[in-house]
Amino acid sequence: MITLQTADLVRILPEIVLSIFGILVMVLEPFVAAAQKKLLGWMALLGVLAAATATVRTSFEPGLAFGGTIAADEFSIYFIYLFLLTAGLVILGSIDYLERNHAQHGEFYALVLLGTVGMCFMAASTDLIMIFLGLEISSISTYILAGFRRADRLSNEAALKYFLLGSFATAFFLYGIAFVYGLTGTTNLLGLSARLMEPSQWTTFARVALVLMFVGLAFKLSTVPFQVWTPDVYQGAPAPVTAFLSVGPKAAAFAVLLRLFLGGFASAGTVSFWILWISAALTMCLGNLAALWQTNVKRLLAYSSIAHAGYILVGVAAGGSRGISAVLFYLVAYALMNVGAFIMVAHLSGTGERLVQIEDYTGLAFERPGVAACLAVFFLSLAGFPTTAGFLGKFYVFRAAIHSHLIGLTVLALLNSVVSVYYYLRIVVAMYMREGKTEAATVELPWPVRTALAVSVLGIFYLGLAPKLPLGLSTLAALPLPK
Amino acid sequence: MQFAHDHILSIILFIPVVGMIPLFFISGENKQATRWWGNVVMFVDFLASLPLVFWFSREAPDQQFKFIERHNWIPSIGAQYFLGIDGISFLLIMLTTVLGFLAVLSSWTSIQERVKEYYAMFLLLQAGMLGVFMSLDFFLFYVFWEVMLVPMYFIIGVWGGPRKLYAAIKFFLFTLAGSVLMLLGILTLYFRYHADTGLYTFNVLELMKHTWPLNLQYWVFWAFMVGFAIKVPMFPFHTWLPDAHVEAPTAGSVILAGVLLKMGTYGFIRFSLPLLPQASTNPRIVKVMVVLSIIAIIYGALVSLMQRDMKKLIAYSSVSHLGFCTLGIFALNPHGLQGSVIQQVNHGISTGALFLIVGLIYERRHTREIKELGGLSNVMPVYATLFMIVMLSSIGLPLLNGFIGEFTILQGAYEVSWRWAAWAVAGIVLGAAYMLWLYQRTMFGPCENPKNQVLKDLSFREIMTLVPLVIWAFWIGLYPKPFFNVLDKPVNAIVERLNPDFFKAAQSARAPAMSPPAAPASLEMPSHAAGASH
Repeated sequence: MITLQTADLVRILPEIVLSIFGILVMVLEPFVAAAQKKLLGWMALLGVLAAATATVRTSFEPGLAFGGTIAADEFSIYFIYLFLLTAGLVILGSIDYLERNHAQHGEFYALVLLGTVGMCFMAASTDLIMIFLGLEISSISTYILAGFRRADRLSNEAALKYFLLGSFATAFFLYGIAFVYGLTGTTNLLGLSARLMEPSQWTTFARVALVLMFVGLAFKLSTVPFQVWTPDVYQGAPAPVTAFLSVGPKAAAFAVLLRLFLGGFASAGTVSFWILWISAALTMCLGNLAALWQTNVKRLLAYSSIAHAGYILVGVAAGGSRGISAVLFYLVAYALMNVGAFIMVAHLSGTGERLVQIEDYTGLAFERPGVAACLAVFFLSLAGFPTTAGFLGKFYVFRAAIHSHLIGLTVLALLNSVVSVYYYLRIVVAMYMREGKTEAATVELPWPVRTALAVSVLGIFYLGLAPKLPLGLSTLAALPLPK
Repeated sequence: MQFAHDHILSIILFIPVVGMIPLFFISGENKQATRWWGNVVMFVDFLASLPLVFWFSREAPDQQFKFIERHNWIPSIGAQYFLGIDGISFLLIMLTTVLGFLAVLSSWTSIQERVKEYYAMFLLLQAGMLGVFMSLDFFLFYVFWEVMLVPMYFIIGVWGGPRKLYAAIKFFLFTLAGSVLMLLGILTLYFRYHADTGLYTFNVLELMKHTWPLNLQYWVFWAFMVGFAIKVPMFPFHTWLPDAHVEAPTAGSVILAGVLLKMGTYGFIRFSLPLLPQASTNPRIVKVMVVLSIIAIIYGALVSLMQRDMKKLIAYSSVSHLGFCTLGIFALNPHGLQGSVIQQVNHGISTGALFLIVGLIYERRHTREIKELGGLSNVMPVYATLFMIVMLSSIGLPLLNGFIGEFTILQGAYEVSWRWAAWAVAGIVLGAAYMLWLYQRTMFGPCENPKNQVLKDLSFREIMTLVPLVIWAFWIGLYPKPFFNVLDKPVNAIVERLNPDFFKAAQSARAPAMSPPAAPASLEMPSHAAGASH
């Protein structure tokens, strides 16, 4: 019997605040006049800020909660801030997008908040059942969000595809949990690692369980060969939702992966190492090669996000505190540049997302130099150019990888990042070096969008030029995980 | 004043960056104001670099690197903001500030579209190039090395000729592929240093003090070699160069040839040789590098002879001239290295001026086809005169700068092997052939084409873009002593590092006999290096 204590509640305060705001938005929705629906968006943003403040309170009371199923440690707090940053940027970028596409409904913001709650739980859980609950909460919210442009065929297809494949993957994960429970009699990560200490305990069954759980997560990470859904869903979903999808659930899945593979299952040794190694290599190569042929910007960014998952997996494979902190730093960099890019794409695409081909950006820089420069910064950062966050993220991951003697994987990753420059530059070429008039140049960027973009751009340069503080934080956040 | 003295390098480095900020507030319509501002910033940057000339020889004479600035930047990985210069980087920095200003000055009328962005890109480019020559921290160096790629890519891709997209992407991908390999080399050294000492550092001076295992040296040497050789460009890696040059706007070509290519040769001198002395003196590696250099000299010259486009001709002549520079480097003796650096400066002056000259005619005639031109000396006497001087300096006529550089390189090459020198001389002869032939076809003869008969001679601004380079060419040609003085110390330090016994051997060889020239004494060097490496 677990008794409820105040400390327990404080340790999940951010999740509580987010849930309250999410439910409030949902409840208030019918009472807000259609023209005023924007207010719900601002309320959701307020919820994110309140949750961020609540997280400060949580950080004063670190420790385990609810009988050791939730951990409020540096690791989870780092991730909670990452999710809140993502959610905040996405909400800022969505308010006017929904207005323009006549889809201004309060549920959207409620779902973003509740999805974020799920992700926070995923990062904070130290129990497989809690992880599964978090996974479900975040998945169900994002399934609905993916189909939010109800009248659009592609959006519906995206939602259905995401839902079917997603459920399948969660089933794998659950199946894995069942195996683990059968083997060890516990679902607690600490208990698990205590019972699976010896390599001899890694029987075939245990390995099957490990693989099953990896498959479940791999779907969320969109690593090869579980990436098939990604381009379709990213293309079909409304662009701000894609921004959310490409960062939030992915980062949450990485949090779980780190806790599982470098925490609970740390003793699995070579099995998990080779799983990570092979999927990192395949994911990078396939993501980048497929991105080369894309003409749709959203699909291109989808493949690019697959490739980035590959780079991050290199860091996970490297392991150790260096690898973990590199992954954590990379995730923040990735969040800033990917959310920024997708928000920009969302607003350039016009009503009904018509303008999402690379040629739609032709000559954009002539008429909208600021917009083009912003987008160029996002793409150069994604390509990993020095002075941007993307470069330092990659550098940090590769440094950790070389430190763990993953020379082959590092060389492969370096080659991949050279290849990737080509497709990122294709958009830059279209914007700057081809003459032409584009409808995208007429798009208005309201101030909330500008704010979100400014935060992303400044963040990218801050992480790229003066990364002392963020690097320190990511090192700190890596501490709770066992070495 | 003291502050300016202590932070002179940062000041030079950041003037262009800070100068970019007001540019954003000038209205895009106001092209004239934009031009003025861009030129003023570059000129101020040049002025800021002038004190270096007066302070350089007096500053810390016993130190190898002067004007050092050093701050922690990213302590957790050991990256520092670490600037400092020796004679080699000093000359290249002066070349950069002079050429940078002249290149911008030359764009006054030729750039009419997106003027603001153009000047912003040039300012960024200038900062990147200066940073490369100033950095003594590998991480910082890599950042500048890459940063400089972006503005150059835009300059070619936005303001370039008809095939600009192809040229820009090719330039970008070639250089990037090379620099990623170089990064791999840098990281290898970084981790090896950590494994040996427990410290993470990118400090080049610290890394130079370390003794690296031979096997690692070979790997890193080849990684660096590809990175630098693409930039130089050395023979099999040169294919991006003609495309980039032909498509780039005039000022882009001037900077590309004048400064960017020097980053490759600078990399060899600053990093490859002193960091990896055993690999660099390995006879087999030296042979490969020298053979590639000689191929570049001859092949570049032969291809130049075949060109119909003036700009392409000069682009290929760069391949040939840079071949001399790399030949000088891998002669691995003081003469070769000094000659190489002088020749790098010379090439910046002469080829920079040649590209300006081609740009001037292109702006008037909108063609660079040699057969479209002819007899221009009749209508444009000032132009023809300046072209003559610049051409002669490029050929290496005595009294002008090219002669000094080429002669010293030949001396250095001859000290190792007369065969190397013989091949290089063949390159000089061919070089004279294609340049004189070019001059003859474009300037002499009757001026028959009616379009050419109405051409205006140079304006005052246009003359002023060329005059400083001509003066510099005469200065090096007539009184090169200050340049050699500046280079003496760093070059000797590198040679000492490559072959600790070099100067002892040279002294003992000089003592017994005046008989056969210096050649036999120096010939010992490669064999000695072979001994050291096994």
